[in-house]
Amino acid sequence: MNFFSGKQLLDLCKENNLDIWQVMLDREIETSGRTEDEIFADIEHSLGVMFHSIDQGLATYDHSLGGLLTGQSKKLYEELGEEKFYLPDRTLKVVAYAMAVMECNARMGVIVAAPTAGSSGILPAVLKDAKETMGLDTQQLAQAFLTAGAVGLIVMHNASISGAKGGCQAEIGTSTAMSAAALVQLKGGSPKQCLDAASFAYKNILGLACDPIAGLVEVPCAKRNGLGVLNAMLCADLALLEISSLVPFDEVVDAMYLVGISMPATLRETALGGLAATPTAKRIEHDLFSNSELSKGK
Amino acid sequence: MGNNSLFDVIGPVMVGPSSSHTAGAAKLGKLARQLVHGEIVEVRFILYDSFARTYRGHGTGKALLGGVMGYDLDSEEIKHAETIATFRGLKFSYEEGQKDGIHPNSVDIHLIEESGKETILSGSSIGGGNVVITSINGIETRLQTNLPALVTHHRDRVGILAEITKFLAQKKLNIAGMNLYRNAAGKDAYMVVEIDQIFDEAISQELRDLIDDIMDVFVIENR
Repeated sequence: MNFFSGKQLLDLCKENNLDIWQVMLDREIETSGRTEDEIFADIEHSLGVMFHSIDQGLATYDHSLGGLLTGQSKKLYEELGEEKFYLPDRTLKVVAYAMAVMECNARMGVIVAAPTAGSSGILPAVLKDAKETMGLDTQQLAQAFLTAGAVGLIVMHNASISGAKGGCQAEIGTSTAMSAAALVQLKGGSPKQCLDAASFAYKNILGLACDPIAGLVEVPCAKRNGLGVLNAMLCADLALLEISSLVPFDEVVDAMYLVGISMPATLRETALGGLAATPTAKRIEHDLFSNSELSKGK
Repeated sequence: MGNNSLFDVIGPVMVGPSSSHTAGAAKLGKLARQLVHGEIVEVRFILYDSFARTYRGHGTGKALLGGVMGYDLDSEEIKHAETIATFRGLKFSYEEGQKDGIHPNSVDIHLIEESGKETILSGSSIGGGNVVITSINGIETRLQTNLPALVTHHRDRVGILAEITKFLAQKKLNIAGMNLYRNAAGKDAYMVVEIDQIFDEAISQELRDLIDDIMDVFVIENR
């Protein structure tokens, strides 16, 4: 059982009366030659690392390696409880989770790339929230993990998940699409609804540039993971209402890819354009790297 | 691409912040470490281009050093690699190098043993935590591997490959891929044999003793 597109995946689900996670699990067993138990054990390990990275991020105000992140997730998390913000506290808590992973990452903590390090906050955040608010067990979380993996796999095959190739839309876009599909699965949505949610996720941020200040995975990456959480939850809710994506998932992925490769290189992780090219960003970059002690060898 | 695993999509489990500048760097360090048998007393890293410019903000140096000390890319210890190295008495230094037409995330790793013997590995981190080894001790390679592998350092001559592959067949080890690198006929050569099965490290010693003109054999565990 293998699939290379959203259409093939949906066909397999329909023909065999399976959910996306079951097709993905069969495929993984087939291609890796490993047992279901071994695969579930690895998923459980990854989930453990994901949730630990949230705790680590929220634990301190320690600065990141580049010094641009200074415990913003902890600040947000600790202000919750009085419903004093525009967004409900529960929603902001998930945003704080996603930003916490990014702070853990930027302090050289251990994270799970999902699908990349720069977009590693969204999936752990929405899964932790679903676990807490819906009382899910590890088996159900593993099903969501497999659903997210199936979406990412199709994108890796037909487009790209790297900011250097496709801009931020390829990184945050893909993690959001994966997370939205996972959330639909957790509420019992159909395979088609999962891919509809993934389609919405890209459509909402198509064209987003990758322009990190000083080339570091810090600003604006952490907040964009926060935005990804909101986008994923919104898209899951819309898809669960049986609102269909007018453009099918495969065509949306193609569009994302074409937008990515038509972006100038300055907007693809080179730190030469966008936010990274502003006078303030240039000043930060200069200050950071001018005191680097690298001697000129050879 | 058709064979990507679930854990290629959601993974690797790694120390942050960057798969190319941190996770890939740790992998390169560990690969270099596996090309040395003795104890390493000093390591010099020559960093190029983007590796040199942003190494501090990405922890590239710590990741390289942690890898050289044998830590995997998901080890908490990588963050503290410099402290651990100092504690262990391992000397380390970072320098900036310049080379034309090189991949932006590249490094030369010089490993010096107590005897003074120096091993030099050059490599690049090409994205997503994947790496390519571009030279071993001055012999150009283009090696990308995710499987366990044997690396032989031998003298190029007629029939030596046949002897090595026959030996592996007798050990019931299946060869997944083979690459041979040399600068000139009849001189030093390196061969990298990727193997499907996990194998006992002792076979490297056996191979070295058994076949003439093999100077050294290394095992890359690649977990």
